[in-house]
Amino acid sequence: MFSLLVRRLLSAVPTILIVITIAFFMMRAAPGGPFDKEKLLPPEIEANILRVYNLDKPLYQQYVDYLKNILKGDFGPSYKYRDFTVNDLIASGIRVSFKLGIYAMLVAVTFGVTAGTIAALKQNSRFDYVVMGMAMTGIAIPNFVMAPLLTLIFGIYLSWLPVAGWNNGAFENMLLPVLALALPRVAYIARLTRGSMVEIIHSNFIRTARAKGLREKIVIVRHALKASLLPVVSYLGPATTYVITGSVVIESIFDVPGIGRYFIHGALNRDYPVVMGVVIFFCIIIVTVNLIVDLIYGFLDPKMKVE
Amino acid sequence: MRAVNYCKSALLIVSIVALMLTTGTNVYAGGTLRIASMGEPASLDPHKVSGTWAVHIVGDLFLGLTTDDPYSKAVPGAAKSWTISSDGKTYTFNLRKSLWSDGTPVTAGDFVFSFRRILNPETAAEYASVLYIIEGAEQINTGKASPETLKVKAIDDHTLEIKLKGPAPYFIDLLNHQTCYPVPRHVVEKYGNAWSKPEHIVSNGPYKVVLWIPNDHIRLVKNEKFYDAVSVSLDELKFYTQEDRAAVQKRFRAGEIDVATDFASEQINWLRKHLPEETRIAPYMGVYYYAINSAKKPFTDQRIRKALSMAVNREAIVEKVLKTGELAAYSFVPPSISNYPKSAQVQWKDWPYGKKIKEAKKLLKEAGYTKKNPLKFTLRYNTSENHKRIAVAIASMWKAIGVKVELFNSEVKVHYAELKQANFQVARAGWIADYNDAQNFLYLMETRTGPFNYSGYSNPEFDNLMQKAEVTLNPKKRYELMYKAEELAMRDMPVIPIYHYVSKNLVSTRIKGFEDNPEDKHRWRYVSFK
Amino acid sequence: MNRNLRREIVEKIDDSAQVKGRSLWQDARRRLFRNKAAVTSIVILSIITLLAILAPWLSPWAYDEPNWEYDFPGSPNAQYHHWFGTDANGRDLFVRTLYGARVSLMVGMLATAVSLIIGVTYGATAGYIGGRVDNVMMRIVDILYSLPFMFFVILLMVLFGRNIFLIFIALGAVEWLTMARIVRGQTLSIKKKEYIEAAEAVGVKHSVIIRRHIIPNTLGPVIVYMTLTIPEVILTESFLSFLGLGVQEPLTSWGVLISEGAQQMESASWLLIFPAVFLALTLFCFNFIGDGIRDALDPKDR
Repeated sequence: MFSLLVRRLLSAVPTILIVITIAFFMMRAAPGGPFDKEKLLPPEIEANILRVYNLDKPLYQQYVDYLKNILKGDFGPSYKYRDFTVNDLIASGIRVSFKLGIYAMLVAVTFGVTAGTIAALKQNSRFDYVVMGMAMTGIAIPNFVMAPLLTLIFGIYLSWLPVAGWNNGAFENMLLPVLALALPRVAYIARLTRGSMVEIIHSNFIRTARAKGLREKIVIVRHALKASLLPVVSYLGPATTYVITGSVVIESIFDVPGIGRYFIHGALNRDYPVVMGVVIFFCIIIVTVNLIVDLIYGFLDPKMKVE
Repeated sequence: MRAVNYCKSALLIVSIVALMLTTGTNVYAGGTLRIASMGEPASLDPHKVSGTWAVHIVGDLFLGLTTDDPYSKAVPGAAKSWTISSDGKTYTFNLRKSLWSDGTPVTAGDFVFSFRRILNPETAAEYASVLYIIEGAEQINTGKASPETLKVKAIDDHTLEIKLKGPAPYFIDLLNHQTCYPVPRHVVEKYGNAWSKPEHIVSNGPYKVVLWIPNDHIRLVKNEKFYDAVSVSLDELKFYTQEDRAAVQKRFRAGEIDVATDFASEQINWLRKHLPEETRIAPYMGVYYYAINSAKKPFTDQRIRKALSMAVNREAIVEKVLKTGELAAYSFVPPSISNYPKSAQVQWKDWPYGKKIKEAKKLLKEAGYTKKNPLKFTLRYNTSENHKRIAVAIASMWKAIGVKVELFNSEVKVHYAELKQANFQVARAGWIADYNDAQNFLYLMETRTGPFNYSGYSNPEFDNLMQKAEVTLNPKKRYELMYKAEELAMRDMPVIPIYHYVSKNLVSTRIKGFEDNPEDKHRWRYVSFK
Repeated sequence: MNRNLRREIVEKIDDSAQVKGRSLWQDARRRLFRNKAAVTSIVILSIITLLAILAPWLSPWAYDEPNWEYDFPGSPNAQYHHWFGTDANGRDLFVRTLYGARVSLMVGMLATAVSLIIGVTYGATAGYIGGRVDNVMMRIVDILYSLPFMFFVILLMVLFGRNIFLIFIALGAVEWLTMARIVRGQTLSIKKKEYIEAAEAVGVKHSVIIRRHIIPNTLGPVIVYMTLTIPEVILTESFLSFLGLGVQEPLTSWGVLISEGAQQMESASWLLIFPAVFLALTLFCFNFIGDGIRDALDPKDR
């Protein structure tokens, strides 16, 4: 495990470097610049701005300067939010996104695995159909429908919860965004758990375990569940990353000041330093989460080492 | 078990606090106004601000030489009074004695410093060109002269003199634009670009900043040092920067927000039915138009441009598609612009639509386009619900005169990058005036405007009239010149005006003093709870 | 175990295994057609597809023709034959929903197929070979995850213009990543199983092991995840439309219709309900068919 950790950390450096390089040039190759807008700037004013931000230098020079600044821990200024640096913005967004994302993931895993397991054990029962039907509905309803629906029901018709606003992560403000973010994941996880659980229950080694006379609970929890969580764990990598970094829709509907909004605004505004900063942050999360996933593999199935 | 108890008691506390808060709002006189500004300001530095939403915020932090009254008319602000020389070029302002929020006096020197700063190329101010009317401004901003050469002079601490290139009847109006706000010299010199961070910023207007959480909210509190602080009612302003209009509308309904500075036009039926008193719509000084790339074939042919414009059923768009009280546009300059009594409208405005269609078909035929050889082109628009709906409606109108249109949408940056390079045939554009004057609209069609003259219109006669108007002091003569210019443009039709904008606000019935006005500027110092 | 041993023997005797192989598929097909839920789903999907193809003849309205006499948007109305109402441009929603089906079904199936083929092959290869190859292959996946998708799409458009095939490439190109990770996870576990070691011991080629033993044994989670990818792809398409790559007005897709409808769920609910019901119905069908296929291929749990 230790050598895996070391090797992964070593491979993380080139991974991030490649991401920075591709993202940097990809963004610059895309049409539209940070200062193209409805009120077109007079050329002399645009020249002033480009000079102040060093955007008039040759591209490779900007790239080299950018790498140098990153090494110093400086991710540059935001072109759009001129009172903040990228460091400021990411720092304030990360805390919010982590909090929201981790709660959502906890909810998703707890409910998803439980529902999926029970549905598999009671395969083709009424419970199975209801749970899987709900899961399919959860998947069929996209978040840009689910989120406004939740605010409409709980915020307006029932007036139980605030419609939007982060309010420094207060419980009642967080409830709906966590729910909206978790629901599709619950459904995914329940489906994946059920699918693989059904297979495992009918497999030889569970039959053997039962035949040996082990108690049903132990069979299910220790053997079946552990083995059937494999695809769920594989899915957790992308899912966690998505939940922490990605849900712009949820963030904009619930007015959550998370990192996803910076990313999409940054991309739409061509606020290059913001996008780069968030991309690097994404990359770090992805690499870390996938490392954790690989470690969990070893725990679920000791034979299955990632060499 | 203990965890459960803890949760319960926490919940209890929350509900008690909530109860106290809700009953509390009725008690105190000033109160907190919660405003959805519909966008994150680029900066609180008035020299770096862009975007209409930011102006809502910055306009209550700083006080220019003139300021807005509740109806967005310019009234004395930091200047008590002023005199204008007989040639209309020299303005002398008499400043009132007032303080910055840290207690330092506001002087004429602060204004001189501010004008020089915004024009300094190092400041990289996007809106600096608005001030090019001041003598020396353009040379400084383009790096040809040093900021000290600007013809803005402090005669003494309370007297300021500004010299203009030419007479500009709109100059007093322009002075309440954010580019003319003063910045505190002593603070800017101390902190440099970081001066506008919430922890450093000092202002001379009715409010001051205490907190800014990006993508969350900005909090302003009453500035007790403001010269007219006694007349300011609201203690605190909270600006929520959420952009999602549907979500903001729900927050407004739930009472989480008192004023929303925009709403989605597709909601209008619902709003008229459920929130009729809160829904506020007023004419706004802007024009929504399609630019025709008149420098490229086949649009070099005036007949084609005219035919396309005639076939646009503006009444149908305004009444069926938009429904929010926009005005069908037959001129480029909107009605109710200062010093411009009537816009020059197209001659065929009042024809019945059937006649317009007939004429449009005839014009196309003359230009060589028939059913067998239809006119084909691409209509570009930037992605947005309204732009899409208008483009779809107009495409179907053009289909009726035998024109085949391909719709092409892209995100806003790509759209304007293509427009800048004149890489389009017909494209959606819009213009909201920087200040209340017809020149600020018509200059978009002057040759010297360059790429921002998207349609590439170049008519020496038009240019000549506009240049004459620029140096004309007499408002009536100036109006006549610009009217003639607009008449020419509406004959040549390099642009298809579609509608004139309206401002859309949701305003709680609990507050008073919020007046609809053509610039959609609302200074919160005049607003109070009932 | 038995089955796998049998398969191996068959392979060793006759690697082309044509006759036996076909009968395996025939078996599977027979089992699939005995599954009621799957058959019903196939019928419903066929009906939707047929409706989508016949759309122009099913309503007096064209998909791009506004009804200027009626409301913008107008609720369902029999007098004008607007069975699903009209959209915000006064166009018949029934016809538009069916036209939307054309794009969405095609995008859903083709992009999912692209992601399936790439994801399964890539994941199984990385997992099976393992070691440094696995590390490099998975870091490539990490890199692709990290890159901003939006710019990828914009660049595709710049390079190739607007083209319906780009939609499948753009969507397939991102959706295969999770599939690859899931398949790789399964593979890592499967390759330690005795039958794989046995096959290796008798010298079966690696490519054959991957194709014959690894991939069939990952099918369970793969099919489940595939049915989950379809809605994802259909809805992501509306984001591509936002960027200008997806379907363009006056054509439409379910993703676009639903995201427009979501804006007016309270004031004009029909705009959301009709396309959403079609999407949900389709997803349920795909889901039952997916379950049916898995059960048919792997009879041990029935």
